[in-house]
Amino acid sequence: MLLRGKSHKFGDDISTDHIAPGRLFHLRSNLPELAKHVLEDADPEFAKKVQPNDFVVGGKNFGLGSSREHAPTIIKLSGVSAVLAKSFARIFFRNAINVGLPVLICDTDKINAGDELEIDLSMGTIKNLTTGTKLTFSPLPDAMIRILNDGGLVAHIEKHGDFKLN
Amino acid sequence: MGKTLVEKIIAEHAGKEVSAGEIVIANVTVALVQDGTGPLAIKQLQKLNLEKVAHPERTVLFLDHSAPASRKELANDHMALRAFAAKTGAQLSDVGNGICHTVINEDYVNPGDLLIGADSHTCTGGALCAFSTGMGSTDVAIGMALGKTWLRVPETYKVNVTGKFPVGVYPKDLILHLIGMIGADGATYKSLEFGGPAIDNMAMEGRFTLANMAVEAGAKAGLIASDKITKAYLKKMGRVNKWREIKPDFDAEYERIIDIDVSTLKPIISYPHTVDNMRDIDQSVKDHIKVNQAFLGTCTNSRLSDWAIFSTIIKGKKLAPGVRLIAVPGSKKIEAELLKYGYLQAVMAFGGLILPPGCGPCVGVHGGILGDGENVIATQNRNFQGRMGNPAGNIYLASPATVAASAIAGYIADPREYTRVLRPLGTVPDPSKLPKKEVAKKAVRKRAPKTIRRRVVKKAAKARAFRPAKKVKAAKKRASRKR
Ligand code: SF4
Repeated sequence: MLLRGKSHKFGDDISTDHIAPGRLFHLRSNLPELAKHVLEDADPEFAKKVQPNDFVVGGKNFGLGSSREHAPTIIKLSGVSAVLAKSFARIFFRNAINVGLPVLICDTDKINAGDELEIDLSMGTIKNLTTGTKLTFSPLPDAMIRILNDGGLVAHIEKHGDFKLN
Repeated sequence: MGKTLVEKIIAEHAGKEVSAGEIVIANVTVALVQDGTGPLAIKQLQKLNLEKVAHPERTVLFLDHSAPASRKELANDHMALRAFAAKTGAQLSDVGNGICHTVINEDYVNPGDLLIGADSHTCTGGALCAFSTGMGSTDVAIGMALGKTWLRVPETYKVNVTGKFPVGVYPKDLILHLIGMIGADGATYKSLEFGGPAIDNMAMEGRFTLANMAVEAGAKAGLIASDKITKAYLKKMGRVNKWREIKPDFDAEYERIIDIDVSTLKPIISYPHTVDNMRDIDQSVKDHIKVNQAFLGTCTNSRLSDWAIFSTIIKGKKLAPGVRLIAVPGSKKIEAELLKYGYLQAVMAFGGLILPPGCGPCVGVHGGILGDGENVIATQNRNFQGRMGNPAGNIYLASPATVAASAIAGYIADPREYTRVLRPLGTVPDPSKLPKKEVAKKAVRKRAPKTIRRRVVKKAAKARAFRPAKKVKAAKKRASRKR
């Protein structure tokens, strides 16, 4: 699958409190409304700037903190087609796959804010159309590829009635 | 090859031998959701037409983060969880019963269990030697409904803790020190296994504090072997029959071994806005950080011994002007104990405000939100920007002792200043262990009248005066024997 869009750059240690702040707890059952505040505490303008198919590009330990699945869910709802980072926090990574949001581990120092990227999910390559550089990302474990390909965990269970990971 | 604690426990639930790196499907013993993650979990099950739970007696829904509800949206979420419990027979821990991680370990988790929870600090259960990990709503929803989940067996870092805790230094300081040392992502995807003489001698409450914060180093779980101390805790909780010993094999394979000698530690403070932004108290005292709010509570430090230490330090003191103190017991059970032993009263007399058992100000949902530029010194586990409801506030993390000292001083202060009232860790008197008579006697004992005291002093002086004479005699005897 080929994804194409613009990069939105963030720093290291973007927490789930940056993405879906605790003070908006009451909006958790109203995800479209919560999505209007996505990443608000890291970049208050982000929700207004982001276009469909864009990418969120972070540094190390992206998504650390709480287990709130609302964090990857609202990133996806905002139209973002993948999150790229040097490393991810464990629960965020797993949640992202479960909600069908691709998360790619790569050297994000080579990507600047606003760069146009083209990502080939099956080949594991990222083309930076702005700078002309090419990057690769580490492949996901098979179990996660299966869940992602089915469209997330709910769709996976709906399809198979159980876990079918190998 | 020997097995680590996680390998042993996951193997039992996967029904086969497992090693680090493997992906397995494992049976779930206990599952929990809370009021922030539960509503989404229920919605996912509704989507799947799978509104049931595999083990209703071991599936618990907690209303603790916004308890009592602070807004109508959250009150409606609470209603949805209550309705789900009624429909499926799952257990409901309603408003005021306490924090999910405190209550689940008091009432449900046993050594060798596999616990999944839709809350990142579910790892607290590792203190009871359960494989206990946080996941998202959908993962836990499926785990609740099918009674199983998928897992990657993590590699293990052994944390080998030696030495004796100096006065004023606590397990909270140890875990803040460890996270500062390896970083907030230092153990991502790994399991931490705490061991060594300092852990063998550590009371259960300190072990909960350690396991609770494993996730702050990125870890999937933080485990401690099940031993006599685990047994004593389960006995206190009325289920000693669920105890069994679980130890790692002597030749277990660890990816990394981290040695810490606690006797070299000082009280530690975690500065805003990451947990690994660590300083020792000497530095913080130099920085002279003004405190606007002090907070004793959360799943990290809101148990009986935390309150005991806090109360010991504040005894006879007054809260610094301009500081507000918020204190929240971890559970209804703890609250009852605090009332019985007078700790709740002590904090109130000091000038503190007590909130009902629950998460309180920790996550910024209601109560205790900071003003712009304000500083809080808190016993919680996380100091991310915006965590307590205001991205312009600053959260400093510390032990209950440091929070107490700072509440008295009005700026971040060194609990070792109170060494006269503090004792080394583990010797804080547990009031439940004192014989009743002694408690009563202590309460009414008054100082003897002055004249008697003077007589006692004179007697003691005489005894002291005699001693050298005796020594001289003995020396002479010895000398004569030699001759
Ligand atoms: S006390 Fe704080 S960290 Fe613990 S469960 Fe509640 S919100 Fe989470």
